[in-house]
Amino acid sequence: MKHMFSRSMLVVSLAAAGFAFLQGCKPKGAQSAVGGDAAAKVYVAPGKYDEFYNFVSGGFSGQMSVYGLPSGRLFRVIPVFSVDPEKGWGYSEETKPMLNTSNGFVPWDDLHHIALSVTDGAHDGRWAFGNANNTPRIARIDLKTFRTAEIIEIPNSAGNHSSPFITENSEYVVAGTRFSVPIGDNQDVPINTYKQNFKGTVSFIGVDKTSGKMNIAFQILTPGINFDLARAGKGKSNGWFFFSCYNSEKANTLLEVNASQKDKDFIMAVNWKKAEEYAKAGKGVKKTVKYAHNTYDESTHTATSAIENEVLVLDPKDCPDMVYFMPCPKSPHGCDTDPTGEYIVGSGKLAAVIPVFSFTKIQTAIAAKTYDGEYDGIPVLKYDAVLHGEVQKPGLGPLHTEFDGKGFAYTSFFVSSEIVKWNIQELKVVDRVPTYYSIGHLCVPGGPTKKPWGKYVIAYNKITKDRYLPTGPELTQSAQLYSIDGDKMKLLLDFPTIGEPHYAEAIPAELIMKNSQKIFKIEENKNPYAAIGDNNAKVERKGNEVHVYMTSIRSHFTPDNIEGVKLGDVVYFHVTNLEQDWDVPHGFAVKGANNAELLIMPGETQTLKWVPEKVGVFPMYCTDFCSALHQEMQGYIRVSPAGSNVPLTFSTGKTEPAPAAQQ
Amino acid sequence: MKLKTIAAAAILSGGWLFITSCGEGVQKDEKPVDIQELASKQPETHGAEIKEGDITVSNPLNGEWVTAGKSIYEVKCQSCHRLTEEKLVGPGWKGVTKTRKPVWIMNMITNTEMMLDSDPEAQKLLELCMVRMPNQNLSKDEARHILEFMRNNDGEK
Repeated sequence: MKHMFSRSMLVVSLAAAGFAFLQGCKPKGAQSAVGGDAAAKVYVAPGKYDEFYNFVSGGFSGQMSVYGLPSGRLFRVIPVFSVDPEKGWGYSEETKPMLNTSNGFVPWDDLHHIALSVTDGAHDGRWAFGNANNTPRIARIDLKTFRTAEIIEIPNSAGNHSSPFITENSEYVVAGTRFSVPIGDNQDVPINTYKQNFKGTVSFIGVDKTSGKMNIAFQILTPGINFDLARAGKGKSNGWFFFSCYNSEKANTLLEVNASQKDKDFIMAVNWKKAEEYAKAGKGVKKTVKYAHNTYDESTHTATSAIENEVLVLDPKDCPDMVYFMPCPKSPHGCDTDPTGEYIVGSGKLAAVIPVFSFTKIQTAIAAKTYDGEYDGIPVLKYDAVLHGEVQKPGLGPLHTEFDGKGFAYTSFFVSSEIVKWNIQELKVVDRVPTYYSIGHLCVPGGPTKKPWGKYVIAYNKITKDRYLPTGPELTQSAQLYSIDGDKMKLLLDFPTIGEPHYAEAIPAELIMKNSQKIFKIEENKNPYAAIGDNNAKVERKGNEVHVYMTSIRSHFTPDNIEGVKLGDVVYFHVTNLEQDWDVPHGFAVKGANNAELLIMPGETQTLKWVPEKVGVFPMYCTDFCSALHQEMQGYIRVSPAGSNVPLTFSTGKTEPAPAAQQ
Repeated sequence: MKLKTIAAAAILSGGWLFITSCGEGVQKDEKPVDIQELASKQPETHGAEIKEGDITVSNPLNGEWVTAGKSIYEVKCQSCHRLTEEKLVGPGWKGVTKTRKPVWIMNMITNTEMMLDSDPEAQKLLELCMVRMPNQNLSKDEARHILEFMRNNDGEK
């Protein structure tokens, strides 16, 4: 053993030497950054559980992914804003309405940020919210089922980037428009009339305490600037919301240059409790708009899409003391409040300092009207009057900040590719680690809450380059896990991610897993097309529609032989999974369908629409390996020419007669 | 060749031992969040073993239970079990109450995994049918109703 041990050490050191040689050509050596005990710190033995769930935005995949920490193992990709043929999301009749918008069915979006629900400012493990950046929407994911339960479209918005950040008791999630746009009756205006005609909005979407159901409570009309990110106040600053803004220049072209002219842009401070009062007092104006509100009902296993026509708009002109601007250096991106709620950290993408604002000073400045003029009629607070201080020379290109609850902040730096740890009170940098490469967002478990769980910081990087085996021009996206237990941050693990990860949150596993749903009770299935038991399996014709009420259980479909379908018919397979056991979904697919598969959870009913285009006998089968006889889980459907007199019949097994269907 | 493979495996495992043994000291310092324990404490709506003495059968049959058992059968059992002697996916139910004890039947319904893992008769049936009987999430009372329906199916009054 000793001999072998030394041989293995030799191999390891040879490999390490080779690697060091390779790395020697690069500016930064990853090898030196990894501690010797890194493997043990991230190793989760087979059959053991991770300590945290990590909910990670999927960026341009439009989905939300779920990883375990510290292992970095991918558990699930939750379909949200993009269709997912694997799960039938956006393909089954039941899920199609979830992707409806005022522009019709939209099969894709760009999900950037996650907000986990909170009670008294701490994670409660009930819901995850995600934003659609392109066609403005917010989705609510139910963490009992890990499925998208609701999607609400945001009117008067264009590019829902500043979203879906959440208030201390999940009263509201917000949606600030990235693009200002013409709002109102006449939207057909020259683009270069931006300064006259373009406006911004920030929307406050109410979240029902019990059901989680969303509604747009009110929108605040703002000057035509761009909203980037946001955070709610907490603790002493609960009742306020802070939005970072750029393009105070109001440029409508070449923003790269034209929106970077001014020395300072703004963080917009909104007193949302006051806004709430104004809304109740009737200070708002109801505007005619059009937006979709889609909900998934867990008892009918069916989504419905409603088009809403009205939104309440509050204009700061009519609502004094509701909105203030605070100057913030150079195109602020991140805008993060610390766990105490006292400090608001701005991160100017082009700034050489990190400004930290003090909530106490903001209140004093407002009371004393310590203004530095107005911007479009909204008071601008004096920078020095509201500033706690600046972190000097922290790095290049600060983006986002998370907190550990021990008085430290962790800021990501895109340009200098590093995470910098600093002391909030003293504004002093205490540690820095390189990231590989060009970090965007970062996440400390509980980092945005009043009660950070600490332990790790995860970097979500924009560039992967040489970190993994090459896979052609497009490389995997990548995250990196660092421990923050000690004084020094330590790199532990690289792990690949789907889409492009933007913001993510991590939450202790025990807050979620205890509520995780295992099956849908078949007795509670209220889908109008459910076949609850084989006696209800049938085939019905309604004009040219053929409805197949089908059951599935290990390992057969009832019925599995169907005849009498004719060209010109539209066939709906309503498949009910009769299983009541955890982790036994059945799949369903039919040859040639211009559609996806169904993946039906135990106790659930899902519907696949099929328009046959050829005469013949078409096989159908279960796509999800379900038992030793899964390969036998199959059937046939016969399609005859239009006008054929083949009667509509269905059956399963020799013992079943083939009853004539109701014509 | 064979020797080389063994040596390589040993080297790999040797390296692995080295890595993991390093980690043990670290793990002890961490806050004890016992997720494993939590997982084993997850509430189950089924799975408790039914003991011989828990069940009494008597005549005449309880008519309400027979009816209730029949409707459960139609939703959760009929796909695989006929009321005749014919085997479909699982065995036909005709005569089941004559050959099996009530406690065996009820455990098979509510505690399927345990039976398939430990009961020789259940294992024989698995070899015959080649499909593990699904746990259909039935309560003890529901299983009792099904038993009554089975007795009715076997001609008891």
